[in-house]
Amino acid sequence: MKIETKNITVMALFSAVAIIFSYIEAILPPIWSAIPGIKVGLANIVTVTLLYKFSIKEASIVAFIRIIIIALLFGNAMTLIYSIAGFVLSVAIMDILKRTNLFSTVGVSIAGGVFHNLGQIIVAMLLLQTKEIGYYMIVLAITGTVAGILIGIASNLMLKYSNKLRL
Amino acid sequence: MLKSDGLKKGKNDLILVGIILSLSLVGFLIFKLTMKDGNRISVSINGEEKYSYSITDNVETDIITGDNGENKNVLIIKDGKAYIKGATCPDKICVGHRPISKDGETIVCLPHKVVVSVTEEK
Repeated sequence: MKIETKNITVMALFSAVAIIFSYIEAILPPIWSAIPGIKVGLANIVTVTLLYKFSIKEASIVAFIRIIIIALLFGNAMTLIYSIAGFVLSVAIMDILKRTNLFSTVGVSIAGGVFHNLGQIIVAMLLLQTKEIGYYMIVLAITGTVAGILIGIASNLMLKYSNKLRL
Repeated sequence: MLKSDGLKKGKNDLILVGIILSLSLVGFLIFKLTMKDGNRISVSINGEEKYSYSITDNVETDIITGDNGENKNVLIIKDGKAYIKGATCPDKICVGHRPISKDGETIVCLPHKVVVSVTEEK
């Protein structure tokens, strides 16, 4: 992707959409607070969309802009580490699975959701120096799958309409 | 052509979900089956062990954390089980957690960086 006015604008537009998604989720009450880590992760719609529309590079640039701005606005150093770990693992597995061309957008997004949770669990294990949180992985695998299905469907719609707008 | 491709991918997606869920289930079962009853309750704050109790004790104590002591979790140990009765954290996840008694079980309060865990000491 070349540095052209149009590309810069498209990246800025998607960054704004991603930040708005994160903002909406930050102001909504937690869906089910009995289990930690349950979040749909609306901003991942933008990550999946950009991964399919362009490549892992564009998806990562926009995600890092979003993660840093959201951390500055609502989070702290801790939430920043969790977000980055979750994102890096999820985007890596999604890029690998997308390249195999064996799975649909929804399948790729499911793996992304589960690996996002896995990344956060690993960070929690390291930060809290306790391996026992691995216990939660079964719950987070299920919620990651559900979130991934929703994100995958939404990303398909986003791809369809952004193509219509010729973005 | 396109349609059969979509169907094949849908099938692969299901296989992927199956693999993910069975892997985490296997991990969970290994975790669950290797658990034994513990005899100590240890409380660590910020990754450092701060307090330790016998699981047979009757304890009701406030775990105070935060730079100015503004965070509180109320730990109860009763009938060989430990649980958190109340907390000042926003999510109250630790309060909703069921009582723990098996070696390796934990209750985590992420906002206060408090981990209550069952351990085994000889």
